[in-house]
Amino acid sequence: MRAVVTVVGKDRPGIIAKVSTLLFENNMNILDISQTIMSEDIFSMIMLVDMKSSVVADVSEKLAALASEIGMSIHLQNEELFNSMHRI
Amino acid sequence: MINPFEILETINMIDRENLDIRTITMGISLKNCTDPDVDRACEKIYNKITTYAKDLVKVGEDIEKQFGIPIINKRISVTPIATVVDALDNPDTDKCLKIAKTLDAAAKKVGVNFIGGFSALVHKGFTKGERILIESLPTVLANTDIVCSSVNVGSTRAGINMDAVALMGRIIKEAAEATKDNGGFACAKLVVFCNAVEDNPFMAGAFHGEGEGDSVINVGVSGPGVVKCALEKVKGEPFGVVAETIKNTAFKITRMGQLVASEASKRLGVPFGIVDLSLAPTPAVGDSVAYILEEMGLEKCGTHGTTAALALLNDAVKKGGVMASSYVGGLSGAFIPVSEDAGMIAAVSEGALSIEKLEAMTCVCSVGLDMIAVPGSTTAETLSCIIADEAAIGMVNSKTTAVRIIPAPGMDVGDTVDFGGLLGTGPVMPLSKYSGTDFVARGGRIPAPLQSLKN
Repeated sequence: MRAVVTVVGKDRPGIIAKVSTLLFENNMNILDISQTIMSEDIFSMIMLVDMKSSVVADVSEKLAALASEIGMSIHLQNEELFNSMHRI
Repeated sequence: MINPFEILETINMIDRENLDIRTITMGISLKNCTDPDVDRACEKIYNKITTYAKDLVKVGEDIEKQFGIPIINKRISVTPIATVVDALDNPDTDKCLKIAKTLDAAAKKVGVNFIGGFSALVHKGFTKGERILIESLPTVLANTDIVCSSVNVGSTRAGINMDAVALMGRIIKEAAEATKDNGGFACAKLVVFCNAVEDNPFMAGAFHGEGEGDSVINVGVSGPGVVKCALEKVKGEPFGVVAETIKNTAFKITRMGQLVASEASKRLGVPFGIVDLSLAPTPAVGDSVAYILEEMGLEKCGTHGTTAALALLNDAVKKGGVMASSYVGGLSGAFIPVSEDAGMIAAVSEGALSIEKLEAMTCVCSVGLDMIAVPGSTTAETLSCIIADEAAIGMVNSKTTAVRIIPAPGMDVGDTVDFGGLLGTGPVMPLSKYSGTDFVARGGRIPAPLQSLKN
């Protein structure tokens, strides 16, 4: 399935490295990345990834652990959610 | 790829504005589970529910994880149990209790948090089984944990069965007494309807209607917090802008409901029924319908102007939601349950919101006088009169109305009843001190209104 990973929080070095390493270690392929700094120091990154739906729960837990480690908010959600909410 | 702002908007709605799927409810027909022998009937019921719904909770949790959307409740509704009771040899209260305990056990086995459908539809008259089922309600609701009950006492087509209205006043009173140590908790699991709908996914009034198939998935969405936050951005704008903002928000909320409903239906192999477009509040701060009304410019929910604000809200939610789902049904409207809505609780406590105003509000929204605590000294006849008033509003306006009222034993105005969890806390509300005993004592049936003759 295709999923959207969003990472939001105060900017600091190593965010992209840590998140993408975790995704790589879990056999997830990054299809697209959009990253920006909002209002001076708020880091925001959105990644489109390809992954097996069977590992979603496991990866979500790992991402949650990473999120608390680096003090960011990280979500992993099926792309279909955004398509259905924002596209007619 | 989707625009980053849209992605962040969705995440913000879920994280900060309490957007969630309120319930996935599986409707299960028990028409093929009747039997003259109560033990055999119970066995069939238990087996069917635990087979059909065995994956319901797991599928709900999987969808929750994959889509990152909280799905608060997984529930079951069944065919009105009066159908099962009517098929029994020599039905009595003990047999009703046995069936209710079977429902309770089956629901607990599959891990859902409520099972609805211990119900009877008596808007025109009673069968023997229906009367026995209703008489058993105080015992049943006091001796089961997650069984919910509803009784339909009126409809636009049939009028109001005033014998049933009188009976329900007494039953509610007895149900409160039977659970007097828990603030009359049994009454929170009992709804009296006019024009009950067959595909409502929300408790306590859910049942699997006569016209439904063997099994169905219905989904109820929520999101008062999202609507409130959207309205914060259009402060002072005219009502056209307010309505448009609510419609846009309702569309997005409902699309999420539609997605979850079709996904659940596919994974469970059960047909998709409807998405219910209701705004269902919870006691959590920021998840209140009252605060939406206040955001429109009312100092307190319940003041003059509240009915108009609610009418606009209710209509805009439907207009926005209806295009977002292939099948819309259930109750579909804004709920105003007092004890489950932080803003309503505050409005009642501060004297801004009265039962008379709530009654007026029920004319323009779904559903009715919901989760209202009244003094324990309230008589059965007064409760019946309240039910009759609500049923009349439903009957004349061709809409669903309901009464879920709790005459909290030993409590009076100024006290607060705590029901816990999603059911919240209810300040005891004052009622008129004048009686309608002779009105209720007449019995019989209020004829269907002129608007029933549409053919």
